[in-house]
Amino acid sequence: MIYSLIGYYSLIIGLIIGLSLFYFSYKNFNNSNTLDTKILSFTFLQLFFVVISFLCLIFSFVISDFSNETVFNNSHTTKPLFYKISGTWGNHEGSLLLWLLVLTLFIFLFLVRTKNQPVKYKILTLVFQQIIIVGFFLFLIKTSNPFNYIFPIPTEGLGLNPILQDPALAIHPPVLYLGYVGSSIIFSSVLAATSLKIISTSWASHIKKWILISWIFLTLGILLGSIWAYYELGWGGFWFWDPVENVSLMPWLALTTLLHCILVLEKKSILTSWVIILSITTFTLSMCGTFLVRSGILNSVHTFANDPERGLFILVFLFILIFLSILIFFFFHKDNDRKSHSFFWLSKETSILINNWFMMYFLSVVLIGTVYPIFLDVISSQKISVGPPFYHKLIIPFLIPFLLMMAIGPKLKWIKSQLEDKIYLISFLIISILLAFLVLKNFNQNILINTILISSALYLFFMTLRDFFSQKYKNISQNIAHFGFSLLILSILFNNLFASEIITNLKVGETFENSKTKIVFESVDQKKEKNYNAIVANFFISNLNGEEDRFSPELRIYNQPVIATSEADIKTTLMSDKFIVINLVQNQDFFNVRYQVKPFMLWIWLSVILISFGGIVSFLQKRS
Amino acid sequence: MYGRKVKLRFLFVVIILITLILTTFLILKSLEENVVYFQSPSEIKSLSEIDKSKIRVGGMVKKDSISISSNEVNFIITDFKNEINVTYSGAVPNLFAEGKGVVAEGFLKDRNFFSATKILAKHDENYMPPEVKEALGEK
Repeated sequence: MIYSLIGYYSLIIGLIIGLSLFYFSYKNFNNSNTLDTKILSFTFLQLFFVVISFLCLIFSFVISDFSNETVFNNSHTTKPLFYKISGTWGNHEGSLLLWLLVLTLFIFLFLVRTKNQPVKYKILTLVFQQIIIVGFFLFLIKTSNPFNYIFPIPTEGLGLNPILQDPALAIHPPVLYLGYVGSSIIFSSVLAATSLKIISTSWASHIKKWILISWIFLTLGILLGSIWAYYELGWGGFWFWDPVENVSLMPWLALTTLLHCILVLEKKSILTSWVIILSITTFTLSMCGTFLVRSGILNSVHTFANDPERGLFILVFLFILIFLSILIFFFFHKDNDRKSHSFFWLSKETSILINNWFMMYFLSVVLIGTVYPIFLDVISSQKISVGPPFYHKLIIPFLIPFLLMMAIGPKLKWIKSQLEDKIYLISFLIISILLAFLVLKNFNQNILINTILISSALYLFFMTLRDFFSQKYKNISQNIAHFGFSLLILSILFNNLFASEIITNLKVGETFENSKTKIVFESVDQKKEKNYNAIVANFFISNLNGEEDRFSPELRIYNQPVIATSEADIKTTLMSDKFIVINLVQNQDFFNVRYQVKPFMLWIWLSVILISFGGIVSFLQKRS
Repeated sequence: MYGRKVKLRFLFVVIILITLILTTFLILKSLEENVVYFQSPSEIKSLSEIDKSKIRVGGMVKKDSISISSNEVNFIITDFKNEINVTYSGAVPNLFAEGKGVVAEGFLKDRNFFSATKILAKHDENYMPPEVKEALGEK
């Protein structure tokens, strides 16, 4: 009760501080030599009040204060403490409060950490960020207040969707949000820098750190979501091209492109328009993602409540922001690239530019695939869905030149370059092709495209691997990230090509046998936990290689809310994952069994971690 | 006539335009090929001809219609006006049950038989795909 009160009023105070900051900024902007300390302390106060509000919500969840509507809708007394806390951001209101928290946190850190940049630039960044913050305050207070009362006070809550009760998914939203919302600070500062015309090499190396932070968290956030989908949703895949996944991939693509552009800008002071447009795009895509997911247009586990008012608010807000940024871009941005406009076709910047175009292409494919069904529904009320074949067909062929470019590009010099070590380049290519052919020798499906794909991924793999030991070449962060990417593509390819799957319906005591695998359904146990009952099925699986494993996947029936979920049993080894999941259809004796062998599953996760590790290394490097 | 720079820039613009057009064409073409349409049992009944392409059928799983053998699941999808028999061999999602909403993806054999390649997972017992809601709402 009291927490809701404190939380609510903290939000109001935060909003007032946000509004007052406009005034202070205006005053400070006109006679500025130093940053007004009031601005800094008010920004801190705003962060402080949002933190208080957030803590209040967490406490309400911890003590199961069901007078709070959000808690009532999403919590339950029997839920483990960990999931009570994670339930705070497992719902619409709480997750928006988290948005706000990250927004205010980033602007505060930005003001504190930014040195050697003009005061006007800092103030203007603050103003733009405050526009976003105030917008979100209004959104939160007006349409999705997390501290609404219920009277009479219910004795028990409705509980959290059980598939959200999972460690990976408990930390997935905060990590993803740090990336998602982190792009807001890039957006604000790019607008500020454009208006003040201070986009330069030193600005680029300053903003690079912020891009990296956002990028690292976004990468890890997507990874967590993907791992969760793998073991919790019971399909044994890690990426489904579900619209909800796509909306997190799109900002990632834009951000990755931006990261490469900023490197060029830092060195060569070119591609400024790209940087501005990409920064705006990244944040817009993050906002669009929030809009699509929150408004209930995309139906998924992320849709908490379908409230048209919320969707409309975000949509209007989004249009204001886009309009504002386009205005600034066209009125203030003068292309000052003239002096070094011409660059030779064979140079590092050209190769980065080419791959940027590829990345933009991937982005538009994902965007169209995601938005087109919504569009069609609105126009002709025809219901369609765009499945994986669409994405595979359009993306995979273009991965080949993309990978080759990634391998050769970093070898080139800035401005103008000759290809050195031609022998190396060619011999590696030949080795890659031979190796790919060897691997796929016994494979008869789509052999041509797969061989080419694997060879180009192998090529990148060998090239980056060699660079780790090369004396001449010392861009370690880029090397790690690119190496990770080659590993990612390779693992995904092998994972897809060599996966095997058995789906069958078995009764207890029955045995399934084919030429390679034998599945014995031995017995069924019952298990009783505090918040769910489970049926544990015991399997004994052996294969031709003499490997024998026991599996006990579960079928859980949660009590609040009553939902059945399948808990897959996964045996992970370095080389492959064995994945089994069961399901029971009401009033039937048969268990639906799905058994999969997925090679290199672990490597998919590891390579993504490696990619983000590359980002971390780059972040920690001292400016040269 | 024109300077080298102008010519280069012109060439650049032309190349970009061509690429853009090609890309758009490519994307639209594969959209056309890979889109999956959603239909209710009633809509299928009124089809003039059976399409060979992949579709989705949505509705309720009819009461007492599920029957399972060791390699197949059979059930009936209904929108309370018309129904369609579905055969499926694959993994069923958690919330697949009689009297609940379901979306099956696959191919039509004729107006009464549907062979599903995938049954879509739902994560929430209160959740109903908007397509199903709409199909049921028409009754």
